[in-house]
Amino acid sequence: MTSMMRADASLRAAAAVPRRSTPKELWVIGILVLLVVAVACVSLAVGAYTLSVADLVTTLLGQGARGDTVIVFRLRLPRVALGILTGAAFAVAGALFQTLLRNSLASPDIIGISQGASVSAATAILIFGASGFVVSLSAFGGALAVAAAIYLLSWRNGVSGYRFVLIGVGAAFFLQSVLGYLLTRGDVREVSQALVWMVGGVGGAQWSEIVVVACALALLLPVVAALAPRLRVLQLGDDAAGGLGVTVERTRVLLLVAAVALCAVATAFVGPIAFVAFVSAPIARRIVGTGSLALIPSALVGILLVLSADFVAQHALPGELQVPAGIITGIIGAPYLLWLLATADRGGRGA
Amino acid sequence: MATALVAASAVRASPLRRRVGLLVAVLVLLVVVGASLCLGTRATSLDGVLGALFAPQPDNNDHLVIRELRVPRTVIGLVVGSALALAGTVMQGITRNPLADPGLLGVNAGASLFVVLAIALFGITDPGGYIWFAFAGAAAAAAVVYAIGALGRGGATPVKLALGGTALTAGITSIITLLLITDIDTLSSYRFWSVGSLVNRDLETVSVLLPFLVLGAALALSIGPTLNVLSLGDDLARGLGQRIGLSRGLAAAAIVLLCGAATALAGPIVFVGLVIPHLVRPITGPDYRWILAYSAVLGPVLLLTADIIGRLISYPGEIEAGIIVAMIGAPVLVAIVRRSNLAGI
Repeated sequence: MTSMMRADASLRAAAAVPRRSTPKELWVIGILVLLVVAVACVSLAVGAYTLSVADLVTTLLGQGARGDTVIVFRLRLPRVALGILTGAAFAVAGALFQTLLRNSLASPDIIGISQGASVSAATAILIFGASGFVVSLSAFGGALAVAAAIYLLSWRNGVSGYRFVLIGVGAAFFLQSVLGYLLTRGDVREVSQALVWMVGGVGGAQWSEIVVVACALALLLPVVAALAPRLRVLQLGDDAAGGLGVTVERTRVLLLVAAVALCAVATAFVGPIAFVAFVSAPIARRIVGTGSLALIPSALVGILLVLSADFVAQHALPGELQVPAGIITGIIGAPYLLWLLATADRGGRGA
Repeated sequence: MATALVAASAVRASPLRRRVGLLVAVLVLLVVVGASLCLGTRATSLDGVLGALFAPQPDNNDHLVIRELRVPRTVIGLVVGSALALAGTVMQGITRNPLADPGLLGVNAGASLFVVLAIALFGITDPGGYIWFAFAGAAAAAAVVYAIGALGRGGATPVKLALGGTALTAGITSIITLLLITDIDTLSSYRFWSVGSLVNRDLETVSVLLPFLVLGAALALSIGPTLNVLSLGDDLARGLGQRIGLSRGLAAAAIVLLCGAATALAGPIVFVGLVIPHLVRPITGPDYRWILAYSAVLGPVLLLTADIIGRLISYPGEIEAGIIVAMIGAPVLVAIVRRSNLAGI
């Protein structure tokens, strides 16, 4: 008992070390929250029928006109709500993977988990002609199965981050080639439909889906929040963390499971929205500016990315073109990260 | 860690073992080349192959198949396999990231984007017509990634190159998908190019790109000592008198030449560049001169084996080498990663 308390105290001390720029992080969080609220309001108000700010507020308070209520609550709010939930889920999952595996490339889109979901969903669409909930379920199963397979394959007296990442990349390429096979052999129209799913987007969001995702997040995010301090210690390296009394393997497994579950749930309902998981944490960390975890800023960046991408995808493209949000996340997220890299004032800062 | 690595390699890989190993690798490559010429929907005896090569008869159907179909795809497998494996080794060397493959510099994404544009805007649907688009796209993307990495203070560090390349790939992939889901005709041509294949290219295409491949290979093979020094870390390398910016620039040039030409020839085949260096390291230890030499030999072994399997398993049709390569390469990668006590690279 005493040893546990001592370990706990030293853990807290170690956890306090990398958190020196908390005021800046708070500022960043505040500004990001304001941005998220702004983009969400714009998404709710603007469309084929645009509401005034006053109308939007009264509608949200339940006092609006009947037509306004239908538009906001049936059509626009589901998209926004699903975007917020899945944006946060992808971003936190990506941040966890990158930190746990100590590799800035180790997001679920790179280490095979998104590909697992895609292969499973593409099989459902192209071979079994499925749609809707069945596709979601098979994507969820595919993501979990691939994550479990990577974990089991990389287990040898514990799992090293290096082994996990490499086997994950191997799995990603393997699945990508299975996908290549499916996409070259399928009927081109169904292939196009599968591509749209694989891009990912929040169009056609249902309240039932939102409830499922919200429940999953309500379960998983507290676990992540509780374990996050230990994650900071894990960043010091396995030996140091072990010395500080963190049970390395168990913490890592719990966090990996949480990250995989977050990613799988989000992917199941909106598809593997491209690169939200990959770019959110590096962007957040570069804004906050320390080697810290920046989980909350990452989540907010993820939300902002999905919401603004969905808005652009719906309204800002020329003509009648309506595309899934996942296309836009890559197009706006990537240049922003590139710009951050080009203007980085300290070279090679851990990302 | 670097000293530990060097010490470990001294124990593991004696010079004799490395030389004998390389000889064995070359012999394996010869066997695979022979198999690639003999095997297919119509298996031919070795006599038949030799006859086709040295005493061709115009009315002999087997000779025709070998000269017109199997020789070109074998040659393409050889050069593309070597180029990708060399480029992958150089990429892992300069980024010090075990996940690096030549595609990480944005090469595949750039090539793919230009090919999609070639199909969508100019209506080109013949793989031979894609070459210069693919090559230009590869070079442009790599130049952007490298320039972005080099812009900030600290220059083109490994982390910035890796992140920048992946980010650019992300953006370009989005644009490609946008074009594909809005234009079903482009999708139906592009999807076959995008998996990577050794067929439907003739030797003329190879000879056009050969100068780039030779130059790239020479650059890559000569850069081994530099990669050895860079693997010690930027600070130590600088202390040893290495001009880091110049070295990275040369390495990037080698990657663009090799990978750009390979992608132009065979489409974006990704796995060879990732897996071959990992396959080689347990044999050679961390000395990049040896890793490069082995890669040049074992890259084509993997790619040609994949091509041969692709010809045989779905008789009478074929599965593209780009698909098979990851299906047989991934289990190999998993086995290597599980077996070795990796200390990182």
